Amino acid sequence: MEAFLEAAIRTATPLLLAALGELIVERAGVLNLGLEGTIIAGALASLVAAGTGTVAFGYAGGMAAGAAVGLVMALFVVGLRADQIITGTAITLLATGATGTLYRALYGTQGAALSVPTSGPIAIPLLSDIPIVGGALFAQPVTTYLLYALVPAMWWWLYRTHAGLALRAVGESPGAAVAAGVRVARVRALALVAGSALGGLAGATLVLAQSGTFAEGMSAGRGFVAIAIVVLGRWHPLGVVLAATAFGAASALQFLFQAMGWRVPYHIFLALPYLLTLAALAGVAGRVRSPAALAKE
Amino acid sequence: MATSLAGVMHARNPRARSALAALVTLGAAAVVVLATLAFMGIDTGLALGALWRGSFGSPYAITSATLVRAVPLILTGLAVALAFRAGVFNIGAEGQLLVGAAAAAATAGALGDTTRIIVIPAVLIAGMASGAAWAAIADWLRRRFDVLEVISTILLNFVAINLIGFLVRGPLQEPTRIFPQTPTLEATSRLPILLAGSRLHLGALIALAAAVSLWWFLRDRAGGFRIDAAGANPDAAAVAGQIDVGTVSTRAFLASGALAGLAGAVELTGVTFALYENLSPGYGYTAIAVALLARLHPLGVLAAGILFAALDVGANAMQRDAGVPAALVHAVTAIVILGVVAAARTQRSD
Repeated sequence: MEAFLEAAIRTATPLLLAALGELIVERAGVLNLGLEGTIIAGALASLVAAGTGTVAFGYAGGMAAGAAVGLVMALFVVGLRADQIITGTAITLLATGATGTLYRALYGTQGAALSVPTSGPIAIPLLSDIPIVGGALFAQPVTTYLLYALVPAMWWWLYRTHAGLALRAVGESPGAAVAAGVRVARVRALALVAGSALGGLAGATLVLAQSGTFAEGMSAGRGFVAIAIVVLGRWHPLGVVLAATAFGAASALQFLFQAMGWRVPYHIFLALPYLLTLAALAGVAGRVRSPAALAKE
Repeated sequence: MATSLAGVMHARNPRARSALAALVTLGAAAVVVLATLAFMGIDTGLALGALWRGSFGSPYAITSATLVRAVPLILTGLAVALAFRAGVFNIGAEGQLLVGAAAAAATAGALGDTTRIIVIPAVLIAGMASGAAWAAIADWLRRRFDVLEVISTILLNFVAINLIGFLVRGPLQEPTRIFPQTPTLEATSRLPILLAGSRLHLGALIALAAAVSLWWFLRDRAGGFRIDAAGANPDAAAVAGQIDVGTVSTRAFLASGALAGLAGAVELTGVTFALYENLSPGYGYTAIAVALLARLHPLGVLAAGILFAALDVGANAMQRDAGVPAALVHAVTAIVILGVVAAARTQRSD
């Protein structure tokens, strides 16, 4: 049970980071299918940056790479007003190809040895000793703890500040936002850069806190799942937390099943989270409303 | 030079702008390739020589590498083009292709060494039907529950790849149970070779026939007009054209899935002869670039499919002979897509 909870939170952490980034972007009216690309770019950049010897550099490098990918996306969908869906798909393809090429160029065909400093779980004294949930919630890598601060901060920013209101206005009614003196293009570009930085941080978490190295295509669809999580979480930070945790739990079910001695084929487990996401998307449909201007131009 | 470039940029002639956009796109792709080669310290002549030899350098390279690789790209490219024209964002050609290949493998396995006249059509129909069925899931989710097909088709791609992973280790695994793949196809369930001494198979004619039929259908038939009208402006099509947009887009979605499923069945029976997880190196994603570069025109898909196939097999030759990572081709594909969307945008703002 403890292994299950620990795995659930561990899987949920990068998903939640990416989903919160996507939440900001979608609240500004942009559907960012390039998120998958920002995650993989952040993953490779964090490996390269952590190669200098410092984990903090690794995280910073991941965020910077994510922000750079977001800037490219902004250039096309905000600057040129290109189609968001096609541009996002192309950005993901671009980042996948570029990271695969760069990884081979930098580390050769053998790949990177497990030589970068990693950011292992940090157990918080006392709290991590709480029975059952202590280890899952309070013996995790640093990015999990970052989320404990980020979620309430984002909620407060979105609903209690002028800037948050401006962002939501841009996503709901760009025309009204313009009339109120909000610079729509600038808000959307900034949202893309900031949201993509979080996507890059999600990729850095995969490398620095989980696998310890990079593999081509290691984002494995997490960006697309994060987009679905934003829908499931009804574009609200707290809803997104619940949806990401539920997805993490679904992915971690294999630990629970193993513990119970049930034999289910491995690949069925791998497909399960995607199937549950589809089922959940169908379940919430009709009862959720996306930002009115989402993916409109 | 600078002044003439600026002159073209400000020209009112959209053709000049379009040509300039194409040049800029190709230039950007070339810069990325050359910069990568320089960065890796690879001899440019050696690498570009390998690219040429691997794709168009010999009759064997053309027929057995480029054209063979073009078949799945053309069929999935047509699938994407048809869906996009109807306003359906089917990003799931990859999953539909995989499911089509799986159904084709299961059908071929069940029919064993029955005569080719029966097996081949049955296998291809199984591929089309299952591709359409896989698309139907996303279409049902879209119409019944308002789930964006962009998201559902991508999620279904991941379900499909894991489904194949399960099948080739479970119900469809080869009898010795060592390798994660199906048994190799009987000779009677392989597509006939068109050109003796090459690998060019019947699938090339199937792809050609599919492209020409789709072109004729979209150009000359009322059904084709309804698809374009529903895609261009669904509200106007419903009000002014009395078109049942929902039904039209559903049919286009299913036909799109059938084309992608056919691509999977053709690839299985013409090239791989067994089902395994890495059957597709991302045909369904490259298909988006193929369709967009062709401006969603079926005959353009033929040319774009061959172009991307040449790039793909040429990149493999570059990796083999000069050590250039083949993943570079994905980056080039993406740059082409971005160039096309940027160019389309520039024209619309005229």
